[in-house]
Amino acid sequence: MSLSPEVLEPVPVADAAPAPKGVVGRSPGQLAWMRLRRDRTAMISGCTLLFLMLVALAAPLIEVLYGVGPHDEFKHLLTRRGSIPLGYAGGVSADHWFGIEPGTGRDIFIRMVYGLRTSIFIALASAIVTAGLGVTAGILAGYLGGWVDTVISWITDFALALPFLIFALAVMRPVELRFYGPREEVPTWFRVAVLIAIFAAFGWTSTARLVRGQVISLREREFIEAARASGAGLGHILFRQLLPNLWAPILVSFSLAVPAYVTGEAALSFLGIGIVDPTPDFGAMIFRSIAYLQTDPAYVFFPGITIFALVLAFNLFGDALRDALDPKSSR
Amino acid sequence: MSLLAVEGLTKHFTARGGVVRAVDGLDFTVRAGQTLGLVGESGCGKTTTGRMLVRLLEPTGGRIVFEDRDITHLGRRAMRPLRQDLQIIFQDPYATLNPRHTVGRIVAMPLTVNGTRPPGGVKKRVQELLELVGLNPEHYNRYPHEFSGGQRQRVGIARALALRPKLIVADEPVSALDVSIQAQVINLLRQLQRDLGLAFVFIAHDLAVVRHFCQRVAVMYLGRIVEIGERDEIYERPRHPYTRALLSAIPDVAKLGQSEGRIRLTGDVPTPMNPPSGCRFRTRCWKAQDICATEEPPLTAGVACHFPEPEGAP
Ligand SMILES: Nc1ncnc2c1ncn2[C@@H]1O[C@H](COP(=O)(O)OP(=O)(O)OP(=O)(O)O)[C@@H](O)[C@H]1O
Ligand code: SF4
Ligand SMILES: [Mg+2]
Repeated sequence: MSLSPEVLEPVPVADAAPAPKGVVGRSPGQLAWMRLRRDRTAMISGCTLLFLMLVALAAPLIEVLYGVGPHDEFKHLLTRRGSIPLGYAGGVSADHWFGIEPGTGRDIFIRMVYGLRTSIFIALASAIVTAGLGVTAGILAGYLGGWVDTVISWITDFALALPFLIFALAVMRPVELRFYGPREEVPTWFRVAVLIAIFAAFGWTSTARLVRGQVISLREREFIEAARASGAGLGHILFRQLLPNLWAPILVSFSLAVPAYVTGEAALSFLGIGIVDPTPDFGAMIFRSIAYLQTDPAYVFFPGITIFALVLAFNLFGDALRDALDPKSSR
Repeated sequence: MSLLAVEGLTKHFTARGGVVRAVDGLDFTVRAGQTLGLVGESGCGKTTTGRMLVRLLEPTGGRIVFEDRDITHLGRRAMRPLRQDLQIIFQDPYATLNPRHTVGRIVAMPLTVNGTRPPGGVKKRVQELLELVGLNPEHYNRYPHEFSGGQRQRVGIARALALRPKLIVADEPVSALDVSIQAQVINLLRQLQRDLGLAFVFIAHDLAVVRHFCQRVAVMYLGRIVEIGERDEIYERPRHPYTRALLSAIPDVAKLGQSEGRIRLTGDVPTPMNPPSGCRFRTRCWKAQDICATEEPPLTAGVACHFPEPEGAP
């Protein structure tokens, strides 16, 4: 028995559709990318995000070029009495583009550049951990079913029922105390790690649900059965056959999780359980600025508008991504 | 020696309302290079049978013997060498191919999964296979959405051939295709069957499709075989009332049309959760007698009926 075409007359291609020119096919991913490229909102929000991320990445370089560090204090530019910046709009000048902070006299622009860095780092890291946990749990629950599914679904429901802020408030301080004494300074990296852990612990459940649903609808598809009928193992089916079909929901939930974490991190820092003051951070800055709302309104304006732009751009981009990946879905 | 022998094959699903007796004791054999058609209305258990044969479903009873080896409950590892000999072609051309894989990757999957290294490399082999099923071998890095239904079905066939199987279960491989394309795909399968000496279990829901493909035909009703025999016997001298009804539904079987007119089956197929007592066909059979309700007719001489048409009758 031989399968070589020399022995066998090839069957003429009779039901060939009008074959498109060129040999290289367009993958579903490439098609989505082309749709995304044509979407104005996606391009504008995408460029905004790219710009903000570049600024965050290049923070040390910007510090050198700008000539002011995030911890430099300019007390001589504050009024003696109320420590309010001299000059207009919170002390905006050629040397201090967004003015200086009341009280401490630090430069707002460079603190925002570094704050952007903190925010984006925490949000992205949390979203990555969330996606990793959620996808693994969802794919296992969806494909294996049975008791694995029952246990994972139970944990998911449990986590969804917990109120996030109360849980975060209740957990943060005891965790810190567990590792550091009440008088000790808690290092920033530790607070960041705890924040990421809290976000991931809460966030993975929604990704897991989404992925689980998708996997359940894919599990009975015949291409999965074909793989099983050829002797494929669990790893091949989960990661070679199923995972490529899950990129769309994973990317969309990822891109929508990031802005949620940006606001979440700012909220926790605002409540004083996230990043605390000397470390540059949006939430902490806005928290400080509230005290000066009457005397120095410009202080709340700049960080407020930037975080708003960041979150809006992420959300718009996430929506556009969903449309591009799944053109059939209606808004 | 038969390549595949099935004895008392049974699959009962436990569903919410009770037990679904999807397949309830099948006996048949397939010799090497032989084609068996498995025909019956929707829901009679054809797909369930096909999936059990390639071990995608675990039988709840009976035995599957492949090349003198009982494979009924073999685990994945023990099954592996046999997977190469037993492959399946699916019904739905849109679900059968992974939309995120190129056609080349799809056809190569059985080789990849089994770590098979064909002489000349995987790519050469994939291109050979594509050519064999009548596709342009240069299209190996295209994606499924760029192909028509018939072409996708050809890709599925190429994938099933990758490991050089001895037996292929084809689960209604053409019923989702346009009529004009059905013939082309059937012809391709016929050519492959002859040239490669493949054995087939060809599943179809009417007798017209398998007529030119299968040497033997088994007719199923509600999880049981009601009649099995050589093609000519079944088409020219059907003995079971159900087979006659199925045949009379084919417009061009003129011989039967003259003698009895078209037999219209009345009533619905009963649910496999609660099949009728005795003969399962009795609720729709025009020849049913009292004994049909009490005693299940055994499959003797290829027919399971208390009052079959006499052998050799036209
Ligand atoms: N996983 C399952 N759980 C419960 N019942 C099932 C399951 N799979 C199939 N069945 C039932 O078993 C019976 C036989 O189904 P099967 O798919 O084998 O029929 P079929 O002959 O292939 O029909 P079709 O022509 O529609 O493909 C049907 O009544 C179906 O509802
Ligand atoms: S056994 Fe009775 S009911 Fe069943 S097919 Fe034969 S005649 Fe009809
Ligand atoms: Mg079926």
